[in-house]
Amino acid sequence: MTAQTVETTPSSQVKALAPIAWKFPIVYSILALVSFVFFGLIGRDGETTFRFASGGDFFAIPDFVVSSTVAGLALGILLVIMAAVSIYLSVKRLDIGSWFPMLFGILFVVSFLAWAGGGSGGVIPLTTLLAGALALSVPLIFGAMCGLVGERSGIINIAIEGQLLAGAFLAAVVASVVKNPYAGLLAAPIAGALVAVILTFFAVKYWVNQIIIGVVLNVLVVGVTSFLYSTVLTQDPELWNARQKLPNLPIPLLSDIPVLGRVLFDQNILVYIMYVVVIALQIFVFRSKWGLRMRAVGEHPKAADTVGIKVNFTRVRNTLLAGAIAGLGGAFFTVGSGLAFGKEMSAGQGYIALAAMILGKWNPKGALFAALLFGFSKSLGNTLQSIGTPVANELLLMLPYIVTVFAVAGFVGRVRPPAAEGVPYVK
Amino acid sequence: MTKVFGSFVANDHIDLTIEPGEIHALLGENGAGKSTMMNVLYGLYDADGGDILIDDEPVKFSGPGDAVAAGIGMVHQHFMLVPVFTVAESVALGYEPTKSLGLLDIAEARKKVTEISSRFNFNIDPDALIEDLPVGAQQRVEIIKALSRDAEILILDEPTAVLTPQETDELISIMRQLKEQGTSIVFITHKLREVRAIADSITVIRRGKIVGEASPDSTETELASQMVGRAVSLTTEKDDADPGDATFQVRNLTVVDKAENVVVDDVSFDVRRGEILAVAGVQGNGQTELAETIIGLTEPRLGTITLDGKSLGGASVKDRLGAGIGFVPEDRSTDGIIAEFAIRDNMILDVYDREPYAKGLNLRSKTITAEAKKKVEEFDIRLGSVVDPISTLSGGNQQKVVLSRELGRELRLFIASQPTRGLDVGSIEFVHKRVIAERDSGTPCIIVSTELDEVYGLADRIAVMYSGRIVGVVGADTSREALGLMMAGVPADEALAATTGTSDGSDHAQAATDEAGTAATAAGTADDDSATTSAEETK
Repeated sequence: MTAQTVETTPSSQVKALAPIAWKFPIVYSILALVSFVFFGLIGRDGETTFRFASGGDFFAIPDFVVSSTVAGLALGILLVIMAAVSIYLSVKRLDIGSWFPMLFGILFVVSFLAWAGGGSGGVIPLTTLLAGALALSVPLIFGAMCGLVGERSGIINIAIEGQLLAGAFLAAVVASVVKNPYAGLLAAPIAGALVAVILTFFAVKYWVNQIIIGVVLNVLVVGVTSFLYSTVLTQDPELWNARQKLPNLPIPLLSDIPVLGRVLFDQNILVYIMYVVVIALQIFVFRSKWGLRMRAVGEHPKAADTVGIKVNFTRVRNTLLAGAIAGLGGAFFTVGSGLAFGKEMSAGQGYIALAAMILGKWNPKGALFAALLFGFSKSLGNTLQSIGTPVANELLLMLPYIVTVFAVAGFVGRVRPPAAEGVPYVK
Repeated sequence: MTKVFGSFVANDHIDLTIEPGEIHALLGENGAGKSTMMNVLYGLYDADGGDILIDDEPVKFSGPGDAVAAGIGMVHQHFMLVPVFTVAESVALGYEPTKSLGLLDIAEARKKVTEISSRFNFNIDPDALIEDLPVGAQQRVEIIKALSRDAEILILDEPTAVLTPQETDELISIMRQLKEQGTSIVFITHKLREVRAIADSITVIRRGKIVGEASPDSTETELASQMVGRAVSLTTEKDDADPGDATFQVRNLTVVDKAENVVVDDVSFDVRRGEILAVAGVQGNGQTELAETIIGLTEPRLGTITLDGKSLGGASVKDRLGAGIGFVPEDRSTDGIIAEFAIRDNMILDVYDREPYAKGLNLRSKTITAEAKKKVEEFDIRLGSVVDPISTLSGGNQQKVVLSRELGRELRLFIASQPTRGLDVGSIEFVHKRVIAERDSGTPCIIVSTELDEVYGLADRIAVMYSGRIVGVVGADTSREALGLMMAGVPADEALAATTGTSDGSDHAQAATDEAGTAATAAGTADDDSATTSAEETK
């Protein structure tokens, strides 16, 4: 009977080669050519000034002035070389390190700035650009941390948007009534956690689809805050909705470092809390008992149950904690920036925070950088708008969202969300 | 002890006594209530009546944590391990050694793993990721987990379902070692051979009731009939194959999964008209992907599939069904049926748009019902009405519906993955008969099965898969030992040579397995799950 067997060739070791991944080389090549041709060859005459200094620096770095065309050509050539390298690596099916897209991105942005600043004799205020980037990232970072704590525990939290808005609202009202911005800072996490209470109540107790309940909650929070805003807050804005601003607390010495010191260490307490939250999560998610159990209930809840971990209790507790984090992020819109509460002032930042979480692969560090990227692209849009560039305003305002779509769609690579996220644990 | 799910009594006043340092086998068919009982014992379910006594002290478990504290450890049939954790993290989970601030003392966890691992020669790296470990090693991690909590009673739920015969032998020696060190073991299984090899005492469960104690000296036939409750036919009746032309050919087929892992690696084989080719192997060695590629659910990276001289390259699933391929998927409940649909609609899922079932845009309800009733007769499907949702049927009857659909057409090729998984004895006999009848009508058949007993019961030739490759295609008279070696990756000629060297031993084993083979097949395949999950649903 064995005589009829087909000659299999177990020793041949045919290696099935993956098809060459052309996606990245093509993107790099297009961007490199855009940079070389538009910013270099047919770029704009004139000079661009990169300003590092801001008033009151310990010592000032002189402005860096460069001819727009020269910078465009030089950087363009560099980018074309990098694109060629990426084609070579792809054909050889070699891995491109994560530094490659970063370096490419930075060079491209500098080249773009040199072009945008040229002609109008524009000054690119780097410190302002970076400080703006950080400021715009703060709610995103808090939101992304909230999302990842929830999802690592197995609860999908689409309600980050609502939690940010609720945090912003309660922070503004409490700070205004008590006439102390720090009181608002204490109130904000409570607002975020309250939204989380409703989320977990329906998601854990009644197994409602978590995405649906999250979206509904966002609409609910918009409705409630807008209603209270129109009926109560506008009646007596002096009492209910007066501006309160957390003061900046420059850290001695560190804040005197040129450019970065001013950007990072001359901030209000909310930003410092953010640093602590990110660092603490980075350590505790992966190296503590709390983090181990959190990841276990998010990956394989039944396995956690068999070793005596209370799955649903763990999920609820962590999601409430996450809600409090997002509430803090919301405080940035009002007391953090010294603004009064306005209707729907979170403006979709909660959804961008989710994107940052995914782009950061559910890692605090990764989510931090992703949120900073989004914040930077928004800040870039703002800066360019103010110095006046040939690009239409509307296009510049779209920039962060374009970056988001590309980032989440293509550049995130292969990611694996927590295996049990969104699945209610039913014993 | 009593456990009720809705109106279904999973455990009906069961009494069980485990002596210290003994290996106690709990033998029963799928759905007999073995796993339910152990889950109650482990605190995962609450008992609806009865007591658990440890050293004559009554204990009350509100969760698995209490059971563990009382010295009970359990290795579940589906491992309770988080794939992205390291071994040390998996063992630590729930009982984490910590430093200040609740930070993990991972060095301590690692030490514990190394210590237990070296005590039993497990050879487990505490820093390896669970998902990178082979199944046998994952099982050893589960055992380490239980032992690290000082388990005195270790429950092993169907531990051999996922192992090769060689790994099973290793497990048996581990169990002996544990026993010598004073651990009591409850060994849940439906495999008679293993019970006889290792158990000190045997309790047989049938339909939630204890039907008796048995001694390990009983013959497998005795055990089988006790387990099933009636005399079981021990052999699948089947004439010798009368193979014709090789009308189905696979050449150099290579399939790659999403993560770029090669799951089917350069596979070539033929199937002739009128023969059954069984694809044997441990679960997860590419059999599923091979079957799905043949029906067109997966695109191969390289290679060709030819049916009746025509290449199927690029053909859609619909084209392939049209070319006469019948396909019984591995996971009946998710891929084989649409649970909410009526039985009669499930019978025409592949031909709903053709005459006589459809005319233009309309379905012809009367014809569909009439045809369904005919099939119900022919396949002996026990049901209320053909318009009831198929989810109201038992697993065995659902599978009969799937078979009636797939075998209801003129076929040029029949593929079935795990056709009897989780079925009761009667259904298994029926399914096997229908498959053999299809073979005798001249259709080339491919049966993918992880159960060696089923492979021996049906196969005319056996292809063994290991790690995506076909290790060899051998005759149905190949010994169990040789197949076992091949399932662990040893090439066919070496495996045959290695086992014929000790021919008197294997001849004896062969005779024993031939006798018992079908009994164990008949007694049911792998999962207790079908029963447990449906029970959970009713709950």
